[in-house]
Amino acid sequence: MNTGASSFSQGVDTAFIVILSISLFFLVGITVAMIWFVIRYNRKRNPKPRDVKDNTKLEIIWTVIPTILVLVMFYYGWIGYTPMRKVPNGAMEVKATGRMWSWQFDYPNGKQSNVLVVPLGKPVKLDLYSPDVLHSLYIPAFRIKEDVVPGLNNYMWFQADKLGEYDILCAEYCGVQHAYMLSKVKVVPEEEFLVWFNTREPESDTLESVGLQILKKNGCLACHSQDGSKLVGPSFKELAGSQRKVTTSSGEEKTVIADDAYIERSIYDPNAEIVEGFSKNLMVSYKEQITPEEVKEIVQFLKTLNEKK
Amino acid sequence: MNHSIPSGGFFDNEGKPAWLAWLTTTDHKRIGLLYFYSLTVFFLVGVILGLLMRLELINPGKDLVEAQTYNGLFTLHGVIMIFLFVIPGVPAVFGNIALPLLLGARDVAFPKLNLLSWYLYIGGAILALSTLLVGDGPPDTGWTFYAPYSVKTGTNVSMAVLAAFILGFSSILTGLNFLTTIHRMRCPGMSWFKMPLFAWALYATSWIQLLATPVVGITLLMIVVERWLGIGLFDPALGGDPVLYQHLFWIYSHPAVYIMILPGMGVISEIMPTFSRRRIFGYKAIAYSSLAIAFIGYFVWGHHMFTSGMSGPARIIFSILTFLVAIPSAIKVFNWLATMYGGSIDMKPPMLYALGFIFLFLIGGLTGLVNGALATDVHIHDTYFVVGHFHYVMFGGTGFAFFAALHYWFPKIYGRMYDVKAATRAFWVLFTGFNVLYFPMLVVGMMGMPRRYYDYLPQFHLPNLISTVGSWITVAGLIYMIVVLVKGYRKGATASANPWDGLTLDWQTDSPPSKENFDTIPTVTEGPYEYK
Repeated sequence: MNTGASSFSQGVDTAFIVILSISLFFLVGITVAMIWFVIRYNRKRNPKPRDVKDNTKLEIIWTVIPTILVLVMFYYGWIGYTPMRKVPNGAMEVKATGRMWSWQFDYPNGKQSNVLVVPLGKPVKLDLYSPDVLHSLYIPAFRIKEDVVPGLNNYMWFQADKLGEYDILCAEYCGVQHAYMLSKVKVVPEEEFLVWFNTREPESDTLESVGLQILKKNGCLACHSQDGSKLVGPSFKELAGSQRKVTTSSGEEKTVIADDAYIERSIYDPNAEIVEGFSKNLMVSYKEQITPEEVKEIVQFLKTLNEKK
Repeated sequence: MNHSIPSGGFFDNEGKPAWLAWLTTTDHKRIGLLYFYSLTVFFLVGVILGLLMRLELINPGKDLVEAQTYNGLFTLHGVIMIFLFVIPGVPAVFGNIALPLLLGARDVAFPKLNLLSWYLYIGGAILALSTLLVGDGPPDTGWTFYAPYSVKTGTNVSMAVLAAFILGFSSILTGLNFLTTIHRMRCPGMSWFKMPLFAWALYATSWIQLLATPVVGITLLMIVVERWLGIGLFDPALGGDPVLYQHLFWIYSHPAVYIMILPGMGVISEIMPTFSRRRIFGYKAIAYSSLAIAFIGYFVWGHHMFTSGMSGPARIIFSILTFLVAIPSAIKVFNWLATMYGGSIDMKPPMLYALGFIFLFLIGGLTGLVNGALATDVHIHDTYFVVGHFHYVMFGGTGFAFFAALHYWFPKIYGRMYDVKAATRAFWVLFTGFNVLYFPMLVVGMMGMPRRYYDYLPQFHLPNLISTVGSWITVAGLIYMIVVLVKGYRKGATASANPWDGLTLDWQTDSPPSKENFDTIPTVTEGPYEYK
């Protein structure tokens, strides 16, 4: 196990050590006893068994001792865990969105990032939000994990106490790209964090078109490339206005023109027409997340991808 | 040496064509064998799916199949192994074959219902397997069918869920049958505490089957209703609650874990005294601990949900209850160990599998404590640690108990003996392969690799590689074991009625037993393991 990098690591690791040492003691003890008995009381060596009477005292001993030991384990598990649900006052609140299949972090000042950048030694609270299915935000180095449940205001918090970059993984199965729903948490000194926090990357506000921002906000680019490479879904490059071979939900194959209405259909009812070479049921409807006005912006943006060629 | 398949006893078709005699039989031993053969087929299908999964995971990136195929593989591996092999497993096969024999009865209480249970099982199984072939592809949700993903995905979830529903009825009816049998059909003189411990284990198991299975039936139907009629039960987009689904699912599926393991423990409790030639130590403690596990097992389901968004106090209460359920298991292990003390131990294959069971179950049980403690569970929840843990319990525990029972009752069932030395070698191959396959999963889980991952980060490579090599050794061991048993079945030397010197009633009748089990119903005066 990697060394811990959050304020919880010590409590969790202590619980691990307590439980695993007691477990190892019993595993080795019982196994050795078993092997010893097999040798000592082998039928060849010991052809006549001894009659051993039941022993109530022994039964009580090996009921009471394990009871005490498991209560000790429970205790360490409990005290290692309690701080995880008690968010200190003044923690920075970041909205963590987990969606099929990417992470996004919204900071209090409106700054957005796909990487979770946090200051060293400061408490950070993550408000967990999912627009689609269950996910689980897991940072092994911090020893924390909490499910991202659609329709439920779940949360987690941590205080990083070691500089560095650590993996964020999705731990609750969420579909075809589950194993690729990865990100990083970057722990930086507070001064560096403040610089990053207060910098508005220019392209994200001024140069980037509204359509692209909407695509990024909804994680569309995790599955649809802009450069023609094939991901889970068809690329956006030269999509608008092109001829597309599709299979409808009734199994009929036909060729359609990717006009504005087609793009809207693809966002709101993605399984109605599946482009040749791709699988259905991988995308859910974005009716709840993307308004018709936003669809228009997306269409505008997709058209610009044609002009560049 | 005889060179035909076993005959005589209950293998006599009484003039009917063989297929008709078997498919319309109400004899508990034949129904047990029907289960045995069908279970074996599904087990092997599950093994092949597991082997393919391990092969895909040998290296990071794509090795064999696409991600969507892989997701179908692990879902079907889970559904087949859990619902078609481990849950029916020991009770349906060895419960059916041995329970009436152990009780000195001629059959179970409801023989026709028993046959119906098998047909329901086959119906459910066919429905489950047909999800592979028809519709929009195999389900890709994992065997837990967690909402709302299971509601949204376009794959064949409804059919798989209905299959699990039908299989549930098979389980309920078997439980009802065994309960009635144990209450009403014990031979004269067999009071509750003169009953063999396998019967006690089945008794505790049957109550869980009867009381817990309906919950999952309803839950699974709720998924179908949500998918077909769009009624919002679990999907928040329709106004439902996904955490409610998890509660309902685990209210059944955690007690179901004890449906899987308790009968296995019962098998071990038969084998330990027979091969140590000693009265079992702590008979009552073992019997009561089965009931205690069955009872406490109802109240611990929440430990599957420590990170689900369940309320804080609930997490703490479920954690402490989970630790309490570990105690009766520990009591059993200590009593088995004490049974060996001062005995005259014969290391025949059934005993070897029983000791293998204890070792693997210990690892499975002790790693369960890591899952039960809150702080550690948060770290290893939904990682490979959990996958390693439950394979140690389900395969190392129930699976090895199944193999132990198979080697134990094989001469009773077929009237023939397998090659004992070869069976011992097969055990060691299987046992080694098992640990090479599953121990690295515990390690890579501690390192932070989540489960149900088609692809993984480079730091997780080595344990995955070792694990895949282990899967090959395991499969080699399984094949070796099967070859030895099939040889024993076809050409094995004739076994006596009581090759292991057992004292329970199953050994006091012919091998194979007659259709009626006993010429006259026996009367017992002593406890089941009174070696003198």
